[in-house]
Amino acid sequence: MTAMLEDKDRIFTNIYGRHDMSLKGAMSRGHWDGTGEIIAKGRDWIINEMKASGLRGRGGAGFPTGLKWSFMPKESDGRPHYLVVNADESEPGTCKDREILRHDPHTLVEGCVIAAFAMGAHTAYIYVRGEFMREREALQRAIDECYDAGLLGKNNKCGWDMDVFVHHGAGAYICGEETALLESLEGKKGQPRLKPPFPANMGLYGCPTTVNNVESIAVAPTILRRGAGWFASFGRENNKGTKLFCVSGHVNAPATFEEAMSVPFKELIDKHCGGIRGGWDNLLAVIPGGSSVPVVPAQQIIDAPMDFDGLRDLKSGLGTAAVIVMDKSTDIVKAIWRLSAFYKHESCGQCTPCREGTGWMMRVMDRMVKGNAQKREIDMLFDVTKQIEGHTICALGDAAAWPIQGLIRHFRPEIEARIDAYTRNAVQSRNVALEAAE
Amino acid sequence: MANIKVDGKEIEVPDHYTLLQACEEAGAEVPRFCFHERLSIAGNCRMCLVEVKGGPPKPAASCAMGVRDLRPGPNGEAPEVFTNTPMVKKAREGVMEFLLINHPLDCPICDQGGECDLQDQAMAFGMDNSRFHENKRAVEDKYIGPLVKTIMNRCIHCTRCVRFTTEVAGISELGLIGRGEDAEITTYLEHAMTSELQGNVIDLCPVGALTSRPYAFQARPWELGKTESIDVMDACGSAIRVDTRGREVMRIMPRVNEAINEEWISDKTRFVWDGLRTQRLDRPYVKVDGRLQPASWPQAFAAIADAVKAATPEKIGAIAGDLATAEEMFALKTLLASLGSQSVDCRQDGAALDPSKGRASYIFNPGIEGIEEADAILIIGANPRYEASVLNARIRKRWRMGDLPIGVIGEQVDLRYPYEYLGAGPESLSAVIDGSDKFAAKLKRAKKPLIIIGQGALARGDGAAVLAQAAALADSVKAVSGEWNGFAVLHTAASRVGGLDLGFVPGKGGMDAKAMLTDADVLFLLGADELDFTRKTAGFTVYIGSHGDNGAHHADVILPAATYTEKFGTYVNTEGRVQATNRAGFAPGEARDDWAILRALSEVLGHKLPFDSLPALRASLYEEFPHFAAIDTVEQADGSVIAKLGAKPGKMNKAAFASPVKDFYLTNPIARASAVMAECSQLAKNATPVAAE
Repeated sequence: MTAMLEDKDRIFTNIYGRHDMSLKGAMSRGHWDGTGEIIAKGRDWIINEMKASGLRGRGGAGFPTGLKWSFMPKESDGRPHYLVVNADESEPGTCKDREILRHDPHTLVEGCVIAAFAMGAHTAYIYVRGEFMREREALQRAIDECYDAGLLGKNNKCGWDMDVFVHHGAGAYICGEETALLESLEGKKGQPRLKPPFPANMGLYGCPTTVNNVESIAVAPTILRRGAGWFASFGRENNKGTKLFCVSGHVNAPATFEEAMSVPFKELIDKHCGGIRGGWDNLLAVIPGGSSVPVVPAQQIIDAPMDFDGLRDLKSGLGTAAVIVMDKSTDIVKAIWRLSAFYKHESCGQCTPCREGTGWMMRVMDRMVKGNAQKREIDMLFDVTKQIEGHTICALGDAAAWPIQGLIRHFRPEIEARIDAYTRNAVQSRNVALEAAE
Repeated sequence: MANIKVDGKEIEVPDHYTLLQACEEAGAEVPRFCFHERLSIAGNCRMCLVEVKGGPPKPAASCAMGVRDLRPGPNGEAPEVFTNTPMVKKAREGVMEFLLINHPLDCPICDQGGECDLQDQAMAFGMDNSRFHENKRAVEDKYIGPLVKTIMNRCIHCTRCVRFTTEVAGISELGLIGRGEDAEITTYLEHAMTSELQGNVIDLCPVGALTSRPYAFQARPWELGKTESIDVMDACGSAIRVDTRGREVMRIMPRVNEAINEEWISDKTRFVWDGLRTQRLDRPYVKVDGRLQPASWPQAFAAIADAVKAATPEKIGAIAGDLATAEEMFALKTLLASLGSQSVDCRQDGAALDPSKGRASYIFNPGIEGIEEADAILIIGANPRYEASVLNARIRKRWRMGDLPIGVIGEQVDLRYPYEYLGAGPESLSAVIDGSDKFAAKLKRAKKPLIIIGQGALARGDGAAVLAQAAALADSVKAVSGEWNGFAVLHTAASRVGGLDLGFVPGKGGMDAKAMLTDADVLFLLGADELDFTRKTAGFTVYIGSHGDNGAHHADVILPAATYTEKFGTYVNTEGRVQATNRAGFAPGEARDDWAILRALSEVLGHKLPFDSLPALRASLYEEFPHFAAIDTVEQADGSVIAKLGAKPGKMNKAAFASPVKDFYLTNPIARASAVMAECSQLAKNATPVAAE
């Protein structure tokens, strides 16, 4: 049993916007405290500390952040280095970066300075999702404040020349993929690039670049201030730290909140969201990490620790920790169909399996919602998802395939029952028609 | 070099190889759609998936992964890839299935049928059934011009066409709009493509989405006879394949020739074939009472014999046109010499090129492939985009490699790559020579400067002076040194270098083309149509040619001859490369090979030419000019003549240089007879200029 997070250990102290959002307010809550001293400790110290903290990337894939930073060339070969912050938070169900940008933007701006220093970059681009109008304004306001206060810009108080630019996207989901984001940032069509070369070698404008999620960057200053050991004291081995969870769906009080990793699902919901609508017996299934991870049925999720490894063992994933809770009133087939429709709409169309496959899957799902299908088509659909998974340039193909795989794995009887009902109705109505004709 | 194991077979390949190339090297076949050797790597079709040992548990796109990207095993073993494992097979079947679900499978009515990559690979790597029971996607067909027909349902989004237009043709005319399964290839707003190389997208398209509009529903590939030949629409001599059904040419396709056209050909080369069928001269004509009347060969020959007998030998002349083969020019020159005339000329346009100055003074010395080595280019009086489209693509290819200053003196036109415009005429050339223009320094700094002189700078009164000035410039920037000869004359006529090699220019006391047109008593026109016939006051005119064009209209006797697809002939391209055409079909009606006409005529004239067959003709040609025997090779010219040529440059006048090619699509009688070329020409003329953005 893991201890629940206490208020004193929260990194995001203004996630609900109840306090002063300005630089002054942020400073009063401890942000921008000793940034210069952290930088003075040097690049290697920061990277080692980040590695020791066990922070895994908060964008979904969970790649260790310290390790990622260490991939950047130690010495510049003449090309500038770039830090790019992925604030294109478009994953259905996810609303954590939005809260940071809105209410606690200084955590991100401070993180940008430290992360950029750790990778030898003097420029950071924050790619904000197209729909995030107010969030961009809040972020820009925070950055402007920092420039005015001498925390950013040339010869700033932090001791590391730093420019932060906000780039506003146009609202395509695929631009949240790191290389598509770089393409979009360069002014091209947002289509993922082939890897290798990886961004750490050839990223933005062909220069070494690291793309990080907003939350990964925003937690860095506090980790470095309070020490890797403090951060690592939360969560299980390999799943350290605190995390913003965004719970939506059929809970009594949907919320975005910061909690320690590895807290069991039931505790998480009971403590922060007031339990499941209609009681725990009414829980049908949970999508624990945003739309692109497989669904997990109620009995498996209830006691599962909410972290990367715990959910991977359930053949799902923590993803962005966007927990979508569905109670028994949910038409689970239709819910997954909706996700298929989303991926079909957001596929960039570059590579074959995803371009053709997402549409195919959605159309088969379309029929399965009604039950207008054959039972053998369930296996075929599963096979199609396997043909998409791992064959595409970026992970959107995988993301489109996994929800359907989860559905078939756990709710096959539901689909079959629907097919049976449809067939029975069809036979009966045909008989009625025949009788009438006679 | 890197070691790699492909399907258990260890091979050594260069570091820069992709896995796909390494697999090919090892003899493993890897299917692909989007990958093309001459285009950038897109990696989007996912057909070329292979399994990499020790990598992630998913297949990798072999076209996009380099051999260098693979890590060796723990004990330094060579990295290993597989192309025949169950995982690879399954992946290929899956991708093929995805490609086919929205493909209309209308092979029986598709022009690509029989030569379709998708068809072939579906047979080899696909499944035998379909599991797709939904409705197929329907995509609206786009109008993208009179040459390329689109059936967009068939498109598999490989984006080869997009990459070709952007990278090789140099104009972003095609693009992928939309997203996901709604993505479509289009020119946006359905305007016609304007590139002179657009036809190549037809070959690049691995399916039947982009097909040839003029060839639509004309023939099936398996019923066509295929003849390898040489193009004569410009002086590059692109390698082509002429596809015929019966005697009709059904289409013209490119062949690979790395030295010249790589695998591209211009639209004129590709789509001129309908001009081979129309306006043809298929029987002799003799002018009677001011009107051309059909006649028999003996009647026509008799009329010529009468005229020749009546004329003084010095007043007999012959002009060779742009499409004449070396053989027939040789025969005509021999005939004229035996008649006692020195008046022969292969330079209809009056270009100031003189074989006596040495071969290096009139050929494209560095060769077309040599463009890739150049590190600074100055173009004088030429518009290579119209005069030699595939050569222009080569310049663009070199420009894309980076660090290449290009200067242009002449017309300021869109060449599909940026350049520094130095000025319009000789004054700008003088400025480069005396160093007052900044570009002079760039040429001087270059190790391999390339100076291209077009016919627009040479076919004028002061052409000789311009040529000499250019030679002087080449000498002063050390464009001719040891291995490198950067003095390059760009020709527009396929026959020209051959004619100059043969010495088909006025001998001592002979008249040149301009003089012949006004002063000759008997004038032989060997397919010469590009003369200013309004000035013509010459007497009895004999036109030997294939099409009823300008020359034929001003003739007293017309002798019908064969086109380049109907005869075996030798041409020398602008580089000085000797190449031969092959007969793909016979000439229509009573038309005969030009050399045979001359041979028959010579007997009637009483000066029988000493050869009865083409091999005999060639034997005497080779005897006199041995380099013609070396087909497909360039006889290196002595570069030292450039310095001599530039030693005493004359005075240039002030008129601006103007390219001789005013209308790319209508430069010769065959093209002028083509309805397709006429449509293209019309379209190009009426093209509204794009507003400055």
